[in-house]
Amino acid sequence: MILNASGCLDALAAPEVARSLDAFVTKTVTPQPRQGNRPVRIAETEHGMLNSIGLENPGIEALVAEKLPRLVELGVPIWVSVGGFAATDFAELCAALDERDEVTAIELNLSCPNVDEAPESAAEIVVAARAETRKPLYAKLSPAAADVAEVARAVQAAGADGLSLVNTMRGLVLDTHSLEPTLGTETGGYSGPALKPIALAAVFRCYRATGMPIVGMGGITTGRDALEFLAAGASVVALGTVLFADPEAPARVQAELMTELSARGLDQPEDACGISHRAAATTVA
Amino acid sequence: MEGVGAYTLLRVERGGLEPGVPGQFFMVEAPGRLLPRPMSLCLAPAGELGFLLEGVGPGTRALCEVEPGERLYVFGPLGNGFRLDVERPLLVGGGIGIAPFPYVAQALGDPPVLLGFRSERHAEAAVLLPNAAVVVEPTYVTEPLAELVEDHDVLACGPEPMLEAVRALAPTAQLAWEAPMACGYGACYGCSVEIDGVLKRLCIDGPILEAA
Repeated sequence: MILNASGCLDALAAPEVARSLDAFVTKTVTPQPRQGNRPVRIAETEHGMLNSIGLENPGIEALVAEKLPRLVELGVPIWVSVGGFAATDFAELCAALDERDEVTAIELNLSCPNVDEAPESAAEIVVAARAETRKPLYAKLSPAAADVAEVARAVQAAGADGLSLVNTMRGLVLDTHSLEPTLGTETGGYSGPALKPIALAAVFRCYRATGMPIVGMGGITTGRDALEFLAAGASVVALGTVLFADPEAPARVQAELMTELSARGLDQPEDACGISHRAAATTVA
Repeated sequence: MEGVGAYTLLRVERGGLEPGVPGQFFMVEAPGRLLPRPMSLCLAPAGELGFLLEGVGPGTRALCEVEPGERLYVFGPLGNGFRLDVERPLLVGGGIGIAPFPYVAQALGDPPVLLGFRSERHAEAAVLLPNAAVVVEPTYVTEPLAELVEDHDVLACGPEPMLEAVRALAPTAQLAWEAPMACGYGACYGCSVEIDGVLKRLCIDGPILEAA
């Protein structure tokens, strides 16, 4: 199963790309509309890219009234990514989405590197969100946490149903000539192939720590990459930066993944989930 | 590939791609780089698409070095393009901002053109628009433009300070803006530019915006 990473696709601007996914994840919505950060917002690096969008979005009211009815026409399950600056924001957003049949799952963006963090812990936010909705809740975590597996255990205990691993990490690009920060906000979120080993480690450790369903993402570009995320413990993978360069990536990665699976005698992606851990489990026993 | 003064003209086979409306752009793979580069279409000869490049960064330099026969991923046309329903068009280009105008000029029946460049070598690109009036720094295009603006509908492309200066002279001008862009099709929100306090995604709302 292949999703997009939140903020890496506008399904209404590119419906054919959205239809090539197994579910579409919205750009993070906040209680109030946000203009986002001032330009420059994008900077390429040698092995990835930085973004500094800053949660530009129309706000929950406009999303529910104007966008959800159009999104549902795509015929693809809709996950809504929600973000905020306090646990009460997440609670308000989940309450607004709980009654909406169009929404399959909610992703809690607990880790945007381009805005100020909520003062509460990830677990406190999950508790607040859980109280407002019965929909599946996926906690999107940062790989920059001191111990991401500990955060994962905490959000599991708080009532999360799954994990989205990982968000971007804070990075800096300097202008070739002036040596000043390229991005308008100086630092931004680092994504792309450079993130893959870091994301794989987070998936691997959180799977072992919690056994929860995991949406794995971070630099996936090929079917082989997707296979590795499944093997490390992801049950689903999401494509982010690769979509910018290759809108046809979902179908390509899916086809490549099926080839990788059949070469190993596996019938479906689920069969690969967590197989990296088999050897380790044997050793421990 | 051919040199045009300080610039390089990249010609690729059209394949199944339409050239689109003049002023629209394509995302062109930059060999060895993560992200493609947005390029407005410069020329649309039969069976081909032509892009004018200036090798200023790792992506555009890599593109300037591609060899005939190499395969490039090209995606487009994207964005809105110029409105061509203008009665007295005047094309105003600065530097690499000349890029979309050969194709625009073809569509508009060779209208008058004003071009500004930072050196004589850069100004050699004016060969792409044989009827153009050309100025070289320290003279800016806004100098001759001031005398022509009353009688013309301005279509402009160039660096941001030039566009701002053109906008001050010609409030009804169509301006082609530029911004770093990861995707070109509305996905990344990276190309938002602030125009009079409102953020616009250049790849969808632009790259051509009305000045007023």
